[in-house]
Amino acid sequence: MIGTFDAKIPPGPLAQKWRSHLDHSRLVSPNNRRKFEIIVVGSGLAGGSAAATLGELGYRVRCFCFQDSARRAHSIAAQGGINAAKNYQNDGDSIYRLFYDTIKGGDFRSREANVYRLAEIANNIIDQCVAQGVPFAREYSGYLANRSFGGAQVSRTFYARGQTGQQLLLGCYQALCRQIAAGTVQMFPQTEMLDLVIVDGQAKGIVTRNLRSGKIDRHAADTVVLATGGYGNVFYLSTNARGCNVTATYRAYKRGALFANPSFTQIHPTCIPVSGEHQSKLTLMSESLRNDGRVWVPKRKEDREKAPGEIPETDRDYYLERKYPSYGNLAPRDISSRAAKEVCDEGRGVGPGGRGVYLDFADAIKRLGEDRIRERYGNLFEVYEKITGEDAYKVPMRIYPAVHYTMGGLWVDYDLMNNVPGLFVIGEANFSDHGANRLGASALMQGLADGYFVLPNTLPNYLAGQTGKRPSPGAPEFQEAEENVQARVEKLLRVNGTRSLDSFHRELGLLLWEKCGMSRHEKGLREALQKIPELREQFWRDVRVPGNEEDFNQSLERAGRVADFLEFAELMCMDALERDESAGAHFREEHQTPDGEALRDDERHAAVFAWEFQGDGQLPKLQREPLHFETVHLTQRSYK
Amino acid sequence: MNFQLRIWRQPNRKSPGKLVDYEVRDISPNTSFLEMLDILNENLLRAGKEPIAFDSDCREGICGTCSLTVNGEAHGPDHPGAVCELYMRKFRDGATITVEPFRVGSFPIVKDLVIDRSALDRIVQAGGFISARAGSAPEANSVTVPKHHADLAMEAAACIGCGACAAACPNGSAMLFTSAKVSHLALLPQGHPERESRVLKMVQVMDAEGFGNCTNTYECEAVCPAEISASFIAKLNREYARARFRRSMGE
Ligand SMILES: Cc1cc2nc3c(=O)[nH]c(=O)nc-3n(C[C@H](O)[C@H](O)[C@H](O)COP(=O)(O)OP(=O)(O)OC[C@H]3O[C@@H](n4cnc5c(N)ncnc54)[C@H](O)[C@@H]3O)c2cc1C
Repeated sequence: MIGTFDAKIPPGPLAQKWRSHLDHSRLVSPNNRRKFEIIVVGSGLAGGSAAATLGELGYRVRCFCFQDSARRAHSIAAQGGINAAKNYQNDGDSIYRLFYDTIKGGDFRSREANVYRLAEIANNIIDQCVAQGVPFAREYSGYLANRSFGGAQVSRTFYARGQTGQQLLLGCYQALCRQIAAGTVQMFPQTEMLDLVIVDGQAKGIVTRNLRSGKIDRHAADTVVLATGGYGNVFYLSTNARGCNVTATYRAYKRGALFANPSFTQIHPTCIPVSGEHQSKLTLMSESLRNDGRVWVPKRKEDREKAPGEIPETDRDYYLERKYPSYGNLAPRDISSRAAKEVCDEGRGVGPGGRGVYLDFADAIKRLGEDRIRERYGNLFEVYEKITGEDAYKVPMRIYPAVHYTMGGLWVDYDLMNNVPGLFVIGEANFSDHGANRLGASALMQGLADGYFVLPNTLPNYLAGQTGKRPSPGAPEFQEAEENVQARVEKLLRVNGTRSLDSFHRELGLLLWEKCGMSRHEKGLREALQKIPELREQFWRDVRVPGNEEDFNQSLERAGRVADFLEFAELMCMDALERDESAGAHFREEHQTPDGEALRDDERHAAVFAWEFQGDGQLPKLQREPLHFETVHLTQRSYK
Repeated sequence: MNFQLRIWRQPNRKSPGKLVDYEVRDISPNTSFLEMLDILNENLLRAGKEPIAFDSDCREGICGTCSLTVNGEAHGPDHPGAVCELYMRKFRDGATITVEPFRVGSFPIVKDLVIDRSALDRIVQAGGFISARAGSAPEANSVTVPKHHADLAMEAAACIGCGACAAACPNGSAMLFTSAKVSHLALLPQGHPERESRVLKMVQVMDAEGFGNCTNTYECEAVCPAEISASFIAKLNREYARARFRRSMGE
C-alpha cells in the first residue's frame, strides 16, 4: 500500500483535539507560500472555498472544473439549508448536541473527532458567509432566521429561501473570482481531470483533458486536492446534476488511494416520483417541506386509486407520526425513505405504479394561511407544478425516495489527507463525517468547513516538508499517465458498436437500484456482482461513441464517466456485501430489529471499510479502520 | 406527440452554421424539452449521425448551464423558467419548433447550441464580491440587516448567470446580470466598503466585453428564469452615478 493507513486522531479530550492539533501543526510562512503550487480539482462549495482561501493565504493555486463556469458546480442546486449550533433560537442547541445528532444520525459509523471538529467550525461558517454577503433569511428584527431539519429537535438550519446552496456557492465563487483577479488562482473551466500522478509515492500532479479542444495536458504541483463531489449518478437516475461522476476519485483509487465505504448511499425520502422511461433526472423537494407537510398514505390498499380529498382523516395513515411520535415527519432520511418503501411494498402507495406517498400541506395552510406557505416554499411549489402539472396548494404533493448523496468517498485521515501522501480530499468526495447516513443541511456545512477552515490549516502540515520536491511535468510518471489517458480515449472511440451510452448507464442504474439501493441482501448483491462485469464487457464490445477526440465531444466526455461507473459499481456491491450488518442507509434485510429498523453489529463492524485497488481483474483488498468511541455510547438509534 | 424541429448546427466557431430539419415522434407530454433533445440524439446516434451538442447540468433551473433560444425566445415560451424546466405539454402536437443558441456577440458559439459565456465570469472578477478573508468575519448576528433589505438582496442574488437577459436584449446588453450583482451587494451593509469601486469596475469590464447598452425594452426581465426585476437596472444606474459623483468629489 502507498503511504500509511492511520487516521492520526490527535490525543486529548474530544473538545480540545482540534485546538491542540493546530497548536502543534507545522506552518508555512507567508513569504514561502508563493513557492508552493496547489492543484484543486473542483469548484463546488468544498473546492471553491478551498481554492479561494488558499489563494488568499498566498499559495499559487490552479483550480479545475468540468462546467463552463466555476459557479455552476453541483453545489448550486442545494436547496434547504446549512446547519450550525448558534443556538439563536434559545432552544437548547450546543456544539455537543450538533456533534451528537450528526454522529447518531450517521448510525455511529463516523469518527468522533472529525464530527466534533465539524460541529465546532459550523458557527464560523455562518459568520464567514454573512460577511461575504450571503443573503440568509432574516426575521423582522433583522436577525438571522432558522428552520428545522430532519434528525434534530432544535431549529439550527440557516437558509436562503429554497436556494441555500446557490447563495453559499455564489459567496465562494465570488471569493474565488477575487483571487482569480488578484492572480493567485488560475481557473481552468471545462477541464476534466482524468488521472492522478504519483511521483516517489506522493501525489504531485494530474493529467487533464480540455473538454473544448480535446487537448490533454500535464499539471505538476506540490500537492493535489480533490473536491470532485459525489457519485450518486452511478444509479443513472438521481437528484444530482447530469455531470456528477466518480471519475476523479475512482482514477485516484486505481492509483492506490483507498476508497472508503463506497456502498453508503443516501436515498432521499422527498423527491418527485419517476414518471417516464426517458426521464433524465429526479428532482428533490427539499426536506424543509417536512417542517409543514405531513406524510401519509391510505390505510387500506383499496383506497389508493381514490382522489386524496375523498379519503377521510380516519382512513389515512400518517405513518411517520405513528411510528416515530417524537420526531414525526422529521425522522432522518434513511428511516423515512425505508418507511415510504415499506408502505408502497404493502400496496398502499399512490400515483402511477403505486410508487408514491402524499406530502400534504392542507393542515399547514389552514393553520398559517397560503401566503405564509408560499413565502416559505413558493419556489419549490412552482418547481413541482412545472414538472407534474399539479398545484400543491390544492392537492397534496406526491413524493418518493431517490438517490441523493454518497457518504462514501476517498479515505482521509484527520488532516483530510488520503493514504497517498500529498493527496487531500474534501467535500462530498471524501468519506469523513456522515457515517452511514447524512443528516439534512450538513453537506453544505461539511464542504465549507473543509474548504474555508480545515484544509487551509492542515495542508501546511504536509507542505512544510515539501520544499523543492515538485517534479517537472516532463517526469516519466507524467508521461506514463498521459499515455494512459490518451489510450483510454482512443479505446472508447474505437469500439464503434451499436448501443448508446445512456442505454448502458440506465441498465446499470436499474440494476444497482434493485440490488444495492434502499435495501440489500446477500443473494441480490451476489447477482449484481455477476451481472456488472457482463454489462461492462458488453459496453466495451458494443458501445457507440461518435465524433473524434480533437473536438468538443460531449459523448466522449460522458463515455469515460460511464465506463468508470461500470467498474466502480462492482466496488459498491462488494462493500455492501462485506458489510454484513445494517447501518443507517445501508439496510441489509438479513439484519433488522423485530420492528424493521437497521440492526448494527458493533462487535464486528464498528469500522470504516477502506478498499485498496489491486489491479484490473483482481479483487480489491479490504482494510478496516476500527472506530473508537470515547465520548458517546453506541445505542440503537431511536427516533420514537 | 410529434414535432418538426429546426435546429442550429455549427461545427465550430469559425465555420458557418445553418438550421437543419429533424423530426421526433411519440414524445410523451411529460417529457422535458431537453429530454426530447436527448431522444433525438439517441435517434441520430442510431442512424450513424453526430448528436447535437447542447449544454445542461442540473436540469432543475438553478445552475444556469442550459441556454437555448426556442422559437425566438430565450429559454422558450414557459416563463419564468430555464429551458430545462420546459415541458413538451406546453407545445401543440405537430408543432414546428426552432432551436438556436443564445445569440450575443459577447458569447461566441463553441459548437451547435453551445456558447462561451466566460465574459460573465470576467464581469464578476472585476469586482462582484465582498473581500472577506476566512478568519476575520465577526459574529454573524453582530450586524443586523433589515428584513426588507435582506429580502431585496436575495431577489437580486437569485440570478443564475445564464445570460438569457443579454440574449433577449436587442442591444445584447448584460445590464440585468450586472445590476443584479451590484444591487445584491450594495443592499447589504457588508457590501458598503467596496460599493463605489465595485460598480465602477464591473461596468467598465461589462463595456469592454462588448455588451450593448440598455434602452429600456424590458425583454431581459421577460425571459429571466430567476425573475430578476428590471428595476435593478435603475438601481445600477443610481449606484454608478453615485460612485462617479463621489469619486469626482475626491471621496
Ligand atoms: C438537489 C440537491 C439538494 C441538496 N440540498 C442540500 C441542502 O439543503 N443542504 C445540504 O447540506 N446539502 C444538500 N445537498 C448536498 C450538497 O449539495 C452536496 O453534497 C455538496 O454541495 C457537494 O459539494 P462539493 O463541493 O463536495 O461538490 P460539487 O458541488 O458537486 O462540486 C464538484 C466539483 O468538482 C468538479 N469535478 C468533478 N469531477 C471532476 C473532474 N474529473 N475534473 C475536473 N473537475 C471535476 C465539478 O466540476 C465541480 O466543480 C443537496 C444535494 C442535491 C443533489
